[in-house]
Amino acid sequence: MAETPTTAASTPEMVNVTINGTAIRVPKGINVIEAARHAGVFIPHYCYHPKLPIAGNCRMCMVEIGEAMFTPDRQPVMEPDGKQKIVMQPRLAIGCNTPVKEGMIVVTNSAAVTRAQNAVLEFLLINHPLDCPICDQAGECKLQEYSVEFGAGASRFREEKVHKPKKVDLGPRVVLDDERCVLCSRCIRFMRDVAKDDCLGFVERGSHSTLTCWPGKKLDSNYSLNTVDICPVGALTDKDFRFKMRAWFLKETKSICTSCATGCNTTIWSRGNIIYRQTPRDNDAVNECWMCDAGRLNYKFINDPGRLTKAIVAPASVPAAGKGSDAGKDAGATSYEDALKQLGPKLKAALANRDSAAFIGSARATNEELYLFARLAKGSVSDCVPRSWAADNFLVKADRNPNSAGAKLLGVAAEPMGSKLAAIAEGIKGSRIKTLVVHQEDVTKHGIGADLLAKLSLLVVMDFKQTATTKAAHFVLPGVTFAEKRGTFINAKGRLQRVWPAVSLGGEARPEWEIFRDLLRELGGVDNHSDIAALFADMAGNVPALAGRVLSKVGDEGVQISTG
Amino acid sequence: MAAVERKLITARMDQPGYSNRLESYLAAGGYAGLKKALAMKPEEIRAEVMNSGLRGRGGAGFDCGLKWSLVDRKSGKPVYLICNADESEPGTFKDKQIIYKDPHALIEGMVCAAYANGVKTAYIYIRGEFAEGCKILLAAIEEARAKNFVGTNILGSGYSLDIFVHRGAGAYICGEETGLIESLEGKRAYPRFKPPYFPAVFGLWMCPTIVNNVETLCNIPLIVAMGGAEFAKIGTPNNTGTRIMCVSGHVNKPGYYEVELGRITMGELITGLCGGVAGGRKARAIIPGGSSAKVMRCDERFKGRKRDGTEYDWGWQDVPVDFDSVAMIGSMAGSGGVIVLDETADLPKALANIAEFYAHESCGQCTPCREGSLWMAKALRRMTNGRATKGDTDYLKSIADNIPGRTICPFGEACSWPVQSFIEKFRDDFAKLEK
Repeated sequence: MAETPTTAASTPEMVNVTINGTAIRVPKGINVIEAARHAGVFIPHYCYHPKLPIAGNCRMCMVEIGEAMFTPDRQPVMEPDGKQKIVMQPRLAIGCNTPVKEGMIVVTNSAAVTRAQNAVLEFLLINHPLDCPICDQAGECKLQEYSVEFGAGASRFREEKVHKPKKVDLGPRVVLDDERCVLCSRCIRFMRDVAKDDCLGFVERGSHSTLTCWPGKKLDSNYSLNTVDICPVGALTDKDFRFKMRAWFLKETKSICTSCATGCNTTIWSRGNIIYRQTPRDNDAVNECWMCDAGRLNYKFINDPGRLTKAIVAPASVPAAGKGSDAGKDAGATSYEDALKQLGPKLKAALANRDSAAFIGSARATNEELYLFARLAKGSVSDCVPRSWAADNFLVKADRNPNSAGAKLLGVAAEPMGSKLAAIAEGIKGSRIKTLVVHQEDVTKHGIGADLLAKLSLLVVMDFKQTATTKAAHFVLPGVTFAEKRGTFINAKGRLQRVWPAVSLGGEARPEWEIFRDLLRELGGVDNHSDIAALFADMAGNVPALAGRVLSKVGDEGVQISTG
Repeated sequence: MAAVERKLITARMDQPGYSNRLESYLAAGGYAGLKKALAMKPEEIRAEVMNSGLRGRGGAGFDCGLKWSLVDRKSGKPVYLICNADESEPGTFKDKQIIYKDPHALIEGMVCAAYANGVKTAYIYIRGEFAEGCKILLAAIEEARAKNFVGTNILGSGYSLDIFVHRGAGAYICGEETGLIESLEGKRAYPRFKPPYFPAVFGLWMCPTIVNNVETLCNIPLIVAMGGAEFAKIGTPNNTGTRIMCVSGHVNKPGYYEVELGRITMGELITGLCGGVAGGRKARAIIPGGSSAKVMRCDERFKGRKRDGTEYDWGWQDVPVDFDSVAMIGSMAGSGGVIVLDETADLPKALANIAEFYAHESCGQCTPCREGSLWMAKALRRMTNGRATKGDTDYLKSIADNIPGRTICPFGEACSWPVQSFIEKFRDDFAKLEK
């Protein structure tokens, strides 16, 4: 990268630095590790984390620093060639705690730096148990990675290692192996400064220093698993994930947490069609690099072997619930095409009188699904089910629906959401409403009980699992979870974000936007979206808040839209 | 030069019948410096201290007046004074003498220093093990408060000062000034990194803070009383005043000796004041400034050129006892603890003992010091227990070489310098252990 002196003076926030001989302009005040990143140079580090206060203790990021020289009265000292004289500092500096200054020279590949890196790695490894074969962190361990890249490669330790507590139960979700701990204090700082639950600390001194929970405390914060993410080694492990799968076998899929309206960006880690874990993905506009434990662990329903994989058509005009709800999950199972063929004419006939039909959509559905669902519901009453839990002051929003904003924007949800559910129940009770279409909700838990459902002439349900509602349905069309489809959500702050399929359920189940499209076709519409991008384009053309948006440009971190 | 002491700070405490009570101190003319100080302007006192050339007696020998001048007085935050009484360097026991035998000397020094720096609250951070010393100080502060030397409107001057005594947390690192501040704040004594946490700017409670050693503070009333220029005539240029040297090890009369800096040699101190090496034997090694200072080899000649250009060629006896001379021969005057090891001493075992201490006291914050200090101690333990193997000396030295300059605080140097210097100066003693 070449220096561009013409613009050097115009933006005062930028400074010129040289990193391993590469001149680069970087924002003033960022630290040397971040500045080096700008230059494509990686400086290894353990304790430094961009979202935590500086600790400066691991000493892995030591570099050589040269600074522009000034006279005691702050006049620049110039070289004969007209450049300011640079003096290299006699001691190595830690990159994490060294802010860049104009003219600074950073050297990360000299013999002195290499010696220091070798030494720190050797120090970290002498008392480390070297139990990689049974360690969950193997494959994503900074001790392993740096040993290869920055280590001396051989051990010369002739003494007895320090022994420390193993299998320490720090809390309900996290286990600690103190022998693997490199004492970087990231977890301590996270709990103290980010999660605001100061529960971890070191006891003992020197090489016997031991990470522990304060007496009488447990690591049971709803953010405790973030400590596992930021632990650079295998000291902190996730009870849910440990011993289940080698990290290198897992496929990473970008996704969004759908447990609340925050929409934390996530990575889904899967192998085959099984999800093994969910971890937060960096997005400074949403969740930085954190997520709550409740959201993180909320993936097991996806792996449930009892999921719906076939369409279900209840025997003619007799709702399944009417003939006993323990009919077995395969009762009435048929192919998707068959179900669609039978449903099409019935739905079309039922919707001839729009006032006799009601639609309950899902604020957990994607925008694309909601967009088509709104079309299906056009002329009839529609609403969504609100759901909430206790919010906190960090990431958890009270609104547990991941796409309330989308459900409102696309006209499926009433204002306020759920305000029409009682009227729908009344309508069914008074036999004014004879047809109900439900997406991904068990309405029996939201005021429309099985007794009411039994009164319907036509109940159509799209869901990915059996519920009391699907059991009462005349037609069940199998959908999939957020982890099995493409689509977009809008979070509480109006950020449009994407999900990608991580796993595939197989069978007849399919993303609901395909089901809704097929139903619209059955109703005689001309909806012929062949893929999600075309559907998104159609939606963007019809919804002003999404005007000009293109699915492929939403990107990994989403885009802010105006939902007002 | 003659082997005589120059007792300024220890003058009273060793008089027969002198007690650590206020009446003894007053009878010996105590608190006269404070009375004079309160009649001066604070900046005048600071100027006198600057002129005195007084260097810190804690270990680093940093210029006291300069330290005070670095205090951020424009921040609008309170300025704190902390007396570092966490004397923990092996071989050093001078501050303890002052605290136990003449506590009012310290209190007077603190009130003068606090007044000079606009301090309203001062702390004495006393080593946890000095339980008795803590009681003595608390009693002395009460006596001083009763006579209005401490407290509100001191001696009618309008100046008020509170002094609190805080017992240390039982760790060597609590004596490192930023570790001390963390400990005083109720936290683990993890030293802070500088920048930005220079105590003069971001010290106690993130306020500007002065941390001075006990002996340093005891010099302040003397400087006030005699004037900085007069004080600077004691000792030698750049090494002014007296210093309480603590001599231990193989000498006939171990103890503390207050000497004029630069006006007495190491030979005069050990052979003269301390009555020579025990048993009439020869000194083999001297650690001149507390156990972390690099060891001197007694049959070595120390040659070089002084700052003024004159050449020197010293045996160990010729080295002047002051900050600069000890630094010139490649060690440091440190905390003033001189440890003498004679020809019968088992140097690897002595080093193993020192290494055990530093392994036990490393705070554990920085990787090289945390792991290196224990590694060196374990290697030395093995080597001195008949289990040294070929190459162990180089192995040990290379561990030590990987520590200094790579840690937050100077403990990295403190734990590695003894190992580096013992092997450098006495390699044969270690090589002999290898099988």
